[in-house]
Amino acid sequence: MPVLARTGNEAMAEAMRQINPDVVAAYPISPATEVVMIFSKFVADGLVDTEFVAVESEHSAMSACVGAASAGCRVMTGTSSQGLQLMSEILPIASALRQPIVLCEVNRALSGPINIHCDHSDTMAVRDFGWLQIFSENAQEAYDSVLQMIKIVEDVKVRLPGMVTTDGFIISHCMEKIETLEDAEVKTYLGEHKKMNSTLDLTKPITLGSLDLQDYYFEHRMPMAQAMIEAKEVILKVGQEFGAKYGRPYGLLEKYKLDDAEVAIVAMGSTCGTARVVIDELREKGIKAGMLKLRVFRPFPAAEVAEVLAGVKSIAVLDRSDSLSSQGGPLYTEVRSALYDAKTKPVLSNYIYGLGGREINLEDLRQIFSEQKSNQSGKIVYFGVRE
Amino acid sequence: MDKNIAWCPGCGNFGILNTLKQALAELNLKPQDICLVSGIGQAAKIPHYLDCFFNGLHGRALPSATAIKAVNPKLTVIAESGDGDMYGEGGKHFIHTIRRNPDITNLVHNNMVYGLTKGQASPTSQCGFMTPVQVSGVSEMPFNPIAVAISLDASFVARAFSADIEQTKEIIKAAIQHPGYALVDILQPCVSFNKVNTYQWFKDNTYYLEKEHNPCDRQAALKWALENEKFALGIFYKSEGKQVFAAKEE
Ligand SMILES: Cc1ncc(C[n+]2csc(CCOP(=O)(O)OP(=O)(O)O)c2C)c(N)n1
Repeated sequence: MPVLARTGNEAMAEAMRQINPDVVAAYPISPATEVVMIFSKFVADGLVDTEFVAVESEHSAMSACVGAASAGCRVMTGTSSQGLQLMSEILPIASALRQPIVLCEVNRALSGPINIHCDHSDTMAVRDFGWLQIFSENAQEAYDSVLQMIKIVEDVKVRLPGMVTTDGFIISHCMEKIETLEDAEVKTYLGEHKKMNSTLDLTKPITLGSLDLQDYYFEHRMPMAQAMIEAKEVILKVGQEFGAKYGRPYGLLEKYKLDDAEVAIVAMGSTCGTARVVIDELREKGIKAGMLKLRVFRPFPAAEVAEVLAGVKSIAVLDRSDSLSSQGGPLYTEVRSALYDAKTKPVLSNYIYGLGGREINLEDLRQIFSEQKSNQSGKIVYFGVRE
Repeated sequence: MDKNIAWCPGCGNFGILNTLKQALAELNLKPQDICLVSGIGQAAKIPHYLDCFFNGLHGRALPSATAIKAVNPKLTVIAESGDGDMYGEGGKHFIHTIRRNPDITNLVHNNMVYGLTKGQASPTSQCGFMTPVQVSGVSEMPFNPIAVAISLDASFVARAFSADIEQTKEIIKAAIQHPGYALVDILQPCVSFNKVNTYQWFKDNTYYLEKEHNPCDRQAALKWALENEKFALGIFYKSEGKQVFAAKEE
C-alpha cells in the first residue's frame, strides 16, 4: 500500500482521482477550493476521464450534479459553508430523486459574522435533507470514507446522496501520513457504476421531478425514510468489508476506552484525536475516562449510541455547532433522545465549543472531563466563550 | 492609512480605494451620508477601509443596496464588489437591478479573475486564460457587462481603469450624481493571480471614448461596447428620464 504525505484536501482529491467520476461540477470556496483545484489538475493531466464543469455558483454546481446523475453518471463535488448553503435548494432534490452524488464537504462556520474557520454549523444546517453524513477524524479517514461513500450511496438499498466531511484547516490543510490503495484496487473495489433510471436510456423513457401532490407525495417520501434506515446496515457492511480487505475497519461509531468508562465524551471530527491523548492521560491516573466518537451522523445510529453509552455515569456531548434551538447543539439533542429509554440515566451535559475555529486543546478537554460529573444533568455550556 | 489592509502590495484595489475617497471628498459626502454595500472577495473588503458599510454575502450586494436606498433615500448608496461576485454568483441581481433602476452606484472591480479564492477564472476572464482550474484555458466567451447593461437600457454605463486616478474619479463622481442605477466597471490588475491582464496590458489595451461620443446615442454606445479588440473607457451610455425605483416624491 502506498504511504503518502497528504493534507485532508489532497487526500480527498486523491480518492476522487482513483474513483474517476464521470462528472465533477464545482465552484471555489475556502477551505474546500483545493479539493477541486487539485482534481482539475488531474483532469488536465489526463489522469481521469472526468468531465469537469466550472460553474458560476454552488447552486449551479449542485444542479449540474443532479442533471449528470440523472443521466446515469457517477458524480462528485466539493464545497464548504456558504457554498453548501447555496446548494441547499438542490440538496433535497438530489436525495428525493435518489441520486447517489458524493460531496466532499470541508466544515466551515456559517456566516454571519463571516468566518472561514472550522465548525460544523454548515453540515449540521443540511442534516435533514436526506443526505448521508460521515465525519472524519483525520485525512486517512477522509480518504477511506470517500471511497466507501461511493459504494454506500450506490447500493440499491440506499440510493441517497452522501457527504464526507473534514474539519476546515485542521484536517483540510494539515499534512499527515496516509495509506492509500493502489489505483487498480480502487477500481475493482468500486466496480462498474450501475446506471439506474437513467434519463439517457432511450429504451426506457422516464420523467424525473414531476409534480406530486396530496395523492402521492407522502408515498414518495416514505421510501427515502426507509432507505435512510437501511443505510445503517450498508454503511456497516461496507466499513467491515473495507477493514477485511485493507486492514482499516469502519463502523457507525468508534468506542475509545468506553467499555468500562465512568466518565465519557461524545464527539465528532478532529477533536476526537485530541481527546484520545487526554483520555490516555486520565487512564494513567486511574480515572475511567472514555469516548464515543460518532462517525456517521446521518443516518443517526441511535440504538447503537444508547447501547455503547449504557452504564456510563457521566457524559458530555461536544457540539462544534449550535443549532440555536435553545435546547443545546444538534449532536446533544440526538444523543439525549437516543438515551430516552436507557435504564439508568447518566449525568448528561452539552458543551458547545470551537465555533468559528476557536481552538480546543488538551487543557480544555481536561477541564471538560474533570468538571462534567458535577454538572446538573441537562446543563448546556458554551465552552470558553467570553462574557 | 491606519488600518491593516489585507491586499497584496501593488494591487489595483489601492488605486480604486484612493480614487473613491477623493471622489467622495470632492462631492462633500461624509461617512454618515454614504452606505457602501459589498459582497465577498478582495474588492468586497473595500467598505472595511472606509467605515461606512454593510458587508453581505458573496454575490448579494445589489438587492441589499436597493433596499437600503429605498428606505433611506437620503443616503448615497454604492454597491461594490468584484467581477466574480457581481457578474457570476450575483449575475441575476445585476440584470434585475438594472431593470429595477434604483438610485444606486454599482462599482465593479474587474480584475478578470477570482482574487480571494486564489486565481480561478471569473465570468470576465479572457478566452484562453489559464488557471489551476481552467488548466487548458477558459473556453467560454467573456461576459460583457457594458454591452449587457446598455442592452437592458441601464440608466448609466461606464468603464474605467484603476490606474487612471483623475479620469476614474470623474467617472465615479458622475455615476454617483446620476439619478438611477449607475454601473462603473473598473478594470483592475490583480498582481498575484492574473499575470496576463497586467498594468501594462491594460495600458496597451484601453483607450478613451472620443469627446464627440454622445452617451445618449444608444446605438453608438453599443457599438463601442461590442468593440473587442481593445477596451473603451469613459461614459458609454446614459438613459435620461427613466423611472427610478422607490423614488420619494419631494
Ligand atoms: C456562496 C459562496 N461561494 C463561494 C464563496 C467563495 N468566494 C469568496 S470571494 C469569491 C470570488 C472572488 O472573486 P471576485 O468576486 O472577482 O473578487 P476579487 O476577490 O477578485 O476582488 C469566491 C468564489 C463565497 N464566499 N460564498
